[in-house]
Amino acid sequence: MEEQLKRTPLYQSHLDLKARMVPFGGWDMPVQYAGVMQEHQAVREQVGMFDVSHMGEFRFKGEGALAFLQSITPNDVSKLKPGRAQYNMLPGNQGGLIDDIYIYCISPEEYLMVVNASNIEKDFAHVQSLITPEVEFSNESDQWGLIAVQGPRAEETLQPHIDVDLSKKKKNSVFFAELLGFPVMLARTGYTGEDGFEVFVKAEQAPALWSKLLDLGIVPCGLGARDTLRLEAGFPLYGHEFNETLTPLATHYGWVIKDKEFHGKDLLVGQPIVRQLVGLTLEKVPAREGYPVKSEGQVVGMVTSGTLSPTLKKPIAMAYIDVDALDKPLSVEIRGKDAPAQRVELPFLSK
Amino acid sequence: METPVELKYAKTHEWVNTEGDVITVGISDYAQDQLGDVVYVELPELGREVSIGEAVAVVESVKTASDIYSPASGVIVEVNEALGDSPEQVNESPYEGGWLFKVRFTDLSDDLVDAQEYEQYME
Repeated sequence: MEEQLKRTPLYQSHLDLKARMVPFGGWDMPVQYAGVMQEHQAVREQVGMFDVSHMGEFRFKGEGALAFLQSITPNDVSKLKPGRAQYNMLPGNQGGLIDDIYIYCISPEEYLMVVNASNIEKDFAHVQSLITPEVEFSNESDQWGLIAVQGPRAEETLQPHIDVDLSKKKKNSVFFAELLGFPVMLARTGYTGEDGFEVFVKAEQAPALWSKLLDLGIVPCGLGARDTLRLEAGFPLYGHEFNETLTPLATHYGWVIKDKEFHGKDLLVGQPIVRQLVGLTLEKVPAREGYPVKSEGQVVGMVTSGTLSPTLKKPIAMAYIDVDALDKPLSVEIRGKDAPAQRVELPFLSK
Repeated sequence: METPVELKYAKTHEWVNTEGDVITVGISDYAQDQLGDVVYVELPELGREVSIGEAVAVVESVKTASDIYSPASGVIVEVNEALGDSPEQVNESPYEGGWLFKVRFTDLSDDLVDAQEYEQYME
């Protein structure tokens, strides 16, 4: 039986813009409108926007909310003040991650957790299995549209149309506002390596808000550009750089794990680190996910994400490499030929 | 979408122009549009013997690598070297500047269709 793809509240808006739609994590999503290169450049130099309504939202309320979140995640949620957002993770029962997440603190007794689209059901079941009676826990994923407005001109583009002073809202701020006549929650966060805002809007109002944002000249961008942008910024993508068997300690995201107790800690931090996530650049041909990384004729790793960087104009990739091969010359096997690869620090593009 | 009537098409989206015993092969306007921005093209070596349906070239877009299949059996006699410096020609001019390779053929695929049938196939 063919899988029934889910649609975001902006599905019709994408069709109206003649976006190319593709299946992504069970959702029918726009991969591009005008073209990946053009959309990528719009976000690096101007301002673009993405429909990320497929992401999931869980709400946690009550006196026990903080203690509970603290007990199921490795980052220190107690450091999270009202009006702030924090990157965090959900360790599973087997040692790896079941997801990487964002937690938004609305008040000391109310938190919103944003999870990856393809993991909503899995994450919900996991959290539900651990939930304590004093926490009110609900899945609001269907209630919210989410539009990520990203790029160096994000603030100046939105400022005339919003009732708060955006210059006072630092990175990782979370706040409520009226934007273009719509009540919204904004977070100064994103997944592109650029400044920007993620705008939570009631699902039924999302198409009208999207349309007004288009009128401001914000360039609609698809999953294609989202992937090249996040890769240049060195951001991991769940299902590629993270999964249920990998520990974040083998990546440049080990900092998320703080010195505290949390569910799954022993398995997560107790894993031997045999491979480490690194950045690679190549000369000409893009390396893709699954391509073997070699050193002195031996396979020493695997590419997890790769593309041609639209900004750097050369192939970039992330790959897990055996720790004892980290300092050796590396190549990526591309269709039977070994292409020399240089190990570089992540991110590829620092802003 | 442009589908020139003088060409033949494979259901794997290659176009074929036959002149004597040599065919020129590229990818259709539809195919380049589906692929998106082409960033690299891997062409076959001159003199390589190829068979019908064999993957002989690779067109890489930002997002993915796609195999291009030979619509004929024969020998590669020319490749579009200009794509090395300007792979975007595949997007901008799929039927002219963006051609990929030429085969001196001994046998041509039976599955090639005309423009009308190709357009129907894509609907």
